[in-house]
Amino acid sequence: MYNFITGPLLWLSFIVFFVGLGVRTVLYIRGLDWRLDRVAYRAYPGLGIKGALSSIIHWLIPFGSHGWRAKPLYTIIFFVFHVGVVVTPLFLLGHAIIMEERWGINWPTIPMWVADVLTIGVLIATVLIAIRRFALPEVRILTTLYDYALLLLTVTPFVSGFLVVHQWGDNTFWLYTHILSGELLLIAIPFTKLFHVVGYFLSRAQIGMDFGIKRAVKAKGGFAW
Amino acid sequence: MPEGILCNRTPINTKEHLDAVLGDKGGKQYYQEMQELDVDVEKLQKSLQDTCKSRIRTWLEICAHCGLCADSCFFYLANRRDPTQVPSYKILTTLGEIVKKNGNVDNAHMRYCMDTAWGKCTCCNRCGSFCPYGIDMGVMFSYLRGLCFSQGFVPWEMKIGSGMHRVFRAQMDVTPEDWVETCEWMAEEQQDEWPGLEIPVDKEGADILYTVNAREPKHYPEDIAEAAILFHIAGENWTVPSTGWEQTSLTMFAGDWEGCKMQVQTVYDAIERLKPKRVMGTECGHAHRATIIEGPYWVGREDGRPPVPYLHYTEWLAEALRLGKIKIDPAKKIKVPVTLQDSCNYVRNYGLKDITREILSYIVEPGYLIEMKPNKEHNFCCGGGGGMNGIGLYRKQRNTGMKVKRDQILATGAKLVIAPCHNCWDAIRDLEEVYEIGIKWSFLKPLIIHMAIIPDHLKPQEEEEEE
Ligand code: SF4
Ligand code: SF4
Ligand code: SF4
Repeated sequence: MYNFITGPLLWLSFIVFFVGLGVRTVLYIRGLDWRLDRVAYRAYPGLGIKGALSSIIHWLIPFGSHGWRAKPLYTIIFFVFHVGVVVTPLFLLGHAIIMEERWGINWPTIPMWVADVLTIGVLIATVLIAIRRFALPEVRILTTLYDYALLLLTVTPFVSGFLVVHQWGDNTFWLYTHILSGELLLIAIPFTKLFHVVGYFLSRAQIGMDFGIKRAVKAKGGFAW
Repeated sequence: MPEGILCNRTPINTKEHLDAVLGDKGGKQYYQEMQELDVDVEKLQKSLQDTCKSRIRTWLEICAHCGLCADSCFFYLANRRDPTQVPSYKILTTLGEIVKKNGNVDNAHMRYCMDTAWGKCTCCNRCGSFCPYGIDMGVMFSYLRGLCFSQGFVPWEMKIGSGMHRVFRAQMDVTPEDWVETCEWMAEEQQDEWPGLEIPVDKEGADILYTVNAREPKHYPEDIAEAAILFHIAGENWTVPSTGWEQTSLTMFAGDWEGCKMQVQTVYDAIERLKPKRVMGTECGHAHRATIIEGPYWVGREDGRPPVPYLHYTEWLAEALRLGKIKIDPAKKIKVPVTLQDSCNYVRNYGLKDITREILSYIVEPGYLIEMKPNKEHNFCCGGGGGMNGIGLYRKQRNTGMKVKRDQILATGAKLVIAPCHNCWDAIRDLEEVYEIGIKWSFLKPLIIHMAIIPDHLKPQEEEEEE
């Protein structure tokens, strides 16, 4: 069982994840239409790239955009969540060992205590995000069960992983939960809203090009995101 | 598939049709017929297939339901944070449903779409700059308006506006003859005060071709006279076209994509015909949006730019003041607290934020300009954009929405609001009428004329003799 879910199934998850994201990226870009979107994408590659980068970077940095600065508390929660969700699994010692054993790749890692802090950060942020979802009327009206389900799906590998690392509870159970939920997450990403792991960059690049090429042509230094 | 006599899926293309709809005062019968208007699902599906591509579909799908866009929308703020005014909610329950159900929606849904697209959004695009993904409801509501228009679910005034453009190539019933006559009349009127002032029509190869908003010849001809006076003072070699003079586009507000193309093509044809070095428009936001920003795409120009450089009025004015073509009498500079309305259409959506401020630096005594907060590309819509000023059905919604602008102005303590945009100007005038906050409002032209130093050779003869 363990060999299967950390072998073929893991492979399959990664394939679905990468191929799925790849296909969606290609479809997205092919679906951009200079006439319908009314953005001359091809005519001004320089302005387009500058606009896209500025749009992405301002929003990638905490408090880097007017939008983030308008919501300081949420910004902190948001970044704690996202930094933890991305960095922890990528650079976890345990994951690097598997990489080394399976494929002989020497992968960089973060110290265990950092991983712990990040994970706890993710868990706290998750709770706050969930509370925000039903506490604020303007968020509650938008929220569906699907949003909670995705939040749960995203956080399960973190909860279970944390329990495994710290050997709390039934270790085998939590280990299997961790691996399976992690794989489920990978598979779900291309097919759900979680597509935003790539979609964020695509969408921001598009609006950045829109402003860079067309809507902020006369603004010195481009649009003030 | 019942369609009404007045309310139907056919755009207005003839004078008779236009008169029939106009004759229905306030759109009483029109809106009654709309209650029964069927949705042509097949046509809607075809539209979706042809025009709803990855950008909009992705926006609708990845919206994180985070609500960060809520505070960015002045309608949400003005309506005491009513959650149904959250931009994301507004689009997901309208366009989102249409896309999700692949066009299988009913009459009630389309009417709800209309009420939302025109009554709860001015397409000011502010929310787009506050969403982490850059999801722009202004863009999507414009798109939804197109779907609504093609199905006949469009406010009465917008149907008429689109019809006006299709019949007259102007948003009001002004024919080329009316237009040329108005120009002649305005030039004549000024002769006493401005001897030799001309409004040249159809001059080829001029430095500047000037285009306007149809309400100028129709209701405010003095605006044309003012433009002429300033060109006269600046010594510009300019002209107006006999056709293709109308720069605005109610077709854009109406969602009449075909009409948008027709209208802007008329202007571009005038440019090709008269070959001016540059074109320039009046103090109007949506005219600029229609003819300079979106227009090139409607007619299919791959470079996304008009055929020759096309300036907003403020760009020319800043240049004229900068180069000293127009000189300001320092004694006449504005010395009352004054604030500036940034028009979404050429500030957020074109970047002209510094140009207007440059102008003010020449005409306002230092210390008297008090900026609104927020301002520049993050300014709030005046409340009357997107055609809302003209729609009777949503007058109440508009007046409520204007509270945000009212409070922004009040917070500055300004007594004068400079609004170099026809729509903003109207909205601020109405705002004063509704809320009586004791402000004045103005375009730039009259202010500049009042402050400009008149070169001696332009002054009337008698005066010179006296001296
Ligand atoms: S801010 Fe953007 S992602 Fe969040 S709810 Fe609004 S549109 Fe959706
Ligand atoms: S475009 Fe403007 S009016 Fe429309 S939803 Fe966005 S912020 Fe509100
Ligand atoms: S009327 Fe003025 S402020 Fe309102 S949307 Fe148009 S340009 Fe913006």
